[in-house]
Amino acid sequence: MTAPHPRPGPPLWLLCELTYRCPLHCVFCYNPVDFSRTGMELTTDEWLRVLREARAAGAVQLGLSGGEPLVRDDVETIVAAAHELGFYINLITSGVGLNEARIQALKRAGLDHIQLSFQDSTRQMNDFLSSTRTFELKSKVAALIKKYDYPMVLNVVLHRLNIDHVDEILAMAKSMQADYVELANTQYYGWAFKNREQLLPSRAQLTRAEQVTQRFRQDNAEHMRVFFVVPDYFERRPKACMNGLGSLFLTIAPDGCALPCQAARMLPGLEFPNVRDASIESIWYDSAAFNHFRGDAWMKEPCRSCPEKTKDFGGCRCQAYLLTGDAANTDPVCDLSPHHHLVTEAVARAERPHVTEKPLVFRDHR
Amino acid sequence: MNTISATAKPAIGRGFRLQWEPAQNAHVLLYPEGMIKLNGSAGEIMKRCDGVRTLTEITQDLERAFAVTTGLGDEVAAFIAMALQNKWLEVRS
Repeated sequence: MTAPHPRPGPPLWLLCELTYRCPLHCVFCYNPVDFSRTGMELTTDEWLRVLREARAAGAVQLGLSGGEPLVRDDVETIVAAAHELGFYINLITSGVGLNEARIQALKRAGLDHIQLSFQDSTRQMNDFLSSTRTFELKSKVAALIKKYDYPMVLNVVLHRLNIDHVDEILAMAKSMQADYVELANTQYYGWAFKNREQLLPSRAQLTRAEQVTQRFRQDNAEHMRVFFVVPDYFERRPKACMNGLGSLFLTIAPDGCALPCQAARMLPGLEFPNVRDASIESIWYDSAAFNHFRGDAWMKEPCRSCPEKTKDFGGCRCQAYLLTGDAANTDPVCDLSPHHHLVTEAVARAERPHVTEKPLVFRDHR
Repeated sequence: MNTISATAKPAIGRGFRLQWEPAQNAHVLLYPEGMIKLNGSAGEIMKRCDGVRTLTEITQDLERAFAVTTGLGDEVAAFIAMALQNKWLEVRS
């Protein structure tokens, strides 16, 4: 008899969401919409224990994100401990709170990499495009990042309201001397799902943005690499989300909740373990929540008998749940899914010239 | 593919880190948000690329370590050229 849940390899990728707190209010944030109701943040000592246990279990890539991780004043301590343990440490920040004293301390502590993410693209993007406040903040932080010998990596989340400005965005990134730019179309979870009707671009917008990006790439190949991530709603096969839940990625939420993906908290019927109650080792290998979506025993048709199930693992569980109400269904992005029309209908609605019936919901406490 | 001079001193590329991972029983090359698991010979070559030793010295050292009298030169040079192209290694001037 084969085991229903194959034993996975180690959790190579550890993402520590140090806090859900953030000075920004992005409409595309994937944090849970009820984030202000989650429990107490882990203390410094608890985070250090998470790092030790995860490293012992084989984790090697570490992401520090949030919220805005720099809202916490112990990031330097956490980085130093992680470096000592042998993690490769990536800080994912909006740059708010990153001054020279902090970047110097982080560098000294052993931080390997910084990803500067762009923020709310309706209010701040206007600022950015008109070279005012936000642009100045990003430029200042970008200069610091370069001064401390990090590659300058800028991540911009694209959507219907800013995707027509890709040329200006790339020009701004160039003037900030970015080495890498990731133009990532919004993924529809959390706040972004709430705002989906207003954020999903039309096919024409998407095509034009890709063409602009391609031209820019050709002209700037030596100085900058640009990645363009298409929104999966426009695809016919789903993404291999997290390489299959519970295979590589381990996220620890601010309150210590252990998740196989940072959005998985929304999945019903799963009791996600907390690092306050259990070790990383037992969470990864033994907990019901992490074993649930391993292998293919959980799959329904058309995935179960599909030869592509080993390639895309049925797509994204959160997307399946959000769109169909059942996390075990095929990700409706797949055109073999009986629910694929839910995606094509959303894309069709995005073809209308204006989508203004609902106001945008800015991420906020509630 | 560009050739590499015998006196070049390759070093691990900026932003990359090489380390031994007991959990994977392999050398891995770490870089922003990614990892390459190296096979045995790639790991042995890469760990000698310290920016101090020349290509010739790296090759000789490998031949000594694995008790091969000669003949690793081409293989080592080809790997290092590939690694340079991928920016896993760099030659600092």
